[in-house]
Amino acid sequence: MTKERLSREAIAMRIAREFFDGAVVNLGIGIPTLCSSFVPEGMQITYHTENGALGFGRVVTEEEKAQHADVDLTNAGGQYVHPKPGMCFFSHADSFAMIRGGQVDISVLGVLEVSEKGDLANWMFPGRGVGNIGGGMDLAFNAKRLIGATEHTTKDNKPKIVKQCSIPLTAPHCMDMIVTDIAVIKFTPQGPVLKEMAPGWTAAEVQDLTEAKLIIAEDLKEMELL
Amino acid sequence: MAINKVYNSFKEAVADVKDGSVVFIGNFAGPGGTPFFLIKALRDQGAKNLTIVGNTAGGTGLTLDYDDHRILFQNHQVKKVIASFPFSTSPKRPSDAEKQILAGEVELEMVPQGTLAERIRAGGAGIAAFYTPTGPGTVIEDGKEKRYFNGKPYLMEYALRANYALVRAWKADTLGNLIFRGTQRQFNPIMAMGADVTVAEVDEIVKPGDINPNCVVVPGIFVKRIVKVTENPGFPRHLELGDFQVKEEI
Repeated sequence: MTKERLSREAIAMRIAREFFDGAVVNLGIGIPTLCSSFVPEGMQITYHTENGALGFGRVVTEEEKAQHADVDLTNAGGQYVHPKPGMCFFSHADSFAMIRGGQVDISVLGVLEVSEKGDLANWMFPGRGVGNIGGGMDLAFNAKRLIGATEHTTKDNKPKIVKQCSIPLTAPHCMDMIVTDIAVIKFTPQGPVLKEMAPGWTAAEVQDLTEAKLIIAEDLKEMELL
Repeated sequence: MAINKVYNSFKEAVADVKDGSVVFIGNFAGPGGTPFFLIKALRDQGAKNLTIVGNTAGGTGLTLDYDDHRILFQNHQVKKVIASFPFSTSPKRPSDAEKQILAGEVELEMVPQGTLAERIRAGGAGIAAFYTPTGPGTVIEDGKEKRYFNGKPYLMEYALRANYALVRAWKADTLGNLIFRGTQRQFNPIMAMGADVTVAEVDEIVKPGDINPNCVVVPGIFVKRIVKVTENPGFPRHLELGDFQVKEEI
């Protein structure tokens, strides 16, 4: 029997609940980018991008491209974004000074593997033997809080939350929390703690798709998206 | 006597690049901030065995398909590339650099992006090396000095300098003072500081005094050559928006 899993948007929606008023947030490529669509109205989030901008607006949609696409106003994934009053630009040196200097409150990154210790591996392309470290390593080492956004398993249904990563690390012991299409897991010194599950799932079913041994939270509950 | 920094053609501006030079090239994920015409001129000029330093190795397929410094790889001018994002994101469209790296024709030094930026900045700032918190416990630490400060591990990274920096800016005055437009800035200002000869490709060259001195990003002493772009490279840019100062949210 196949149980229903959450959409990429729902994963992003759950992660957006971790944002707080005034937070400086850096969103990686993929599911993380979607988080900005689900921030509660009235909450002020300042987005940071590696290529040197803070406080820019939302991503330019396909329909808006003819009017608003400008190659001099993009995020780290090369997507066009809207300008916003109060935004500012700076060089790469300043951008990573912000990251290493502790100015980024939350970094949301994609995940290939996470170990039970909270090690993250996300830069080597699966099956290609090559990859791009890009800005992800600086974020993983230095953001105040690192949240992973991913499907719980790979395309061929192998666990992504494993005992030990099999591919090169982005950073050791860096993950705070991971939100998948079936669960929310928090990384603690004791191990990964299952905090929330998608509607209809049991802890045993989540464990079946997880290689690392999960600690069941006392207050384990169903994921709330809004 | 004033030194003339304004060159009439991209060709003249890169004519003296020697084989074996280290070249900084401003670039990030999309076309913004990439000195296309200087790159084309360097391809036509033909210097070989270059070491290219940039965020990517060209042709990463992240956004639009366009000719950036991938043409230097296509023309087999590159011996080594130092980059944070050297590979194409699409396995179906491997970049030229990727093929040459995997074939052992080009040497790759992959550097985390923040470390790459700081190594370039340090080179321009007269700093020989520095300790960064990024990388301990990963493949990046291999062969590097690790040192603990306040109980936390750091890796020593060396500064990078170049013989030439090819940078993109928005406007220059004839003294070489540069300003940038939006996210075009990225690596360009720090690269401009760290090369023996910095060449800037700009939309507009104005006379001294026409750039507000409060707004200069790269002081002119770092820039030796300036060339104005005369043809439209064909990317979406809305220059009438100026520097993106906006009053209202869209």
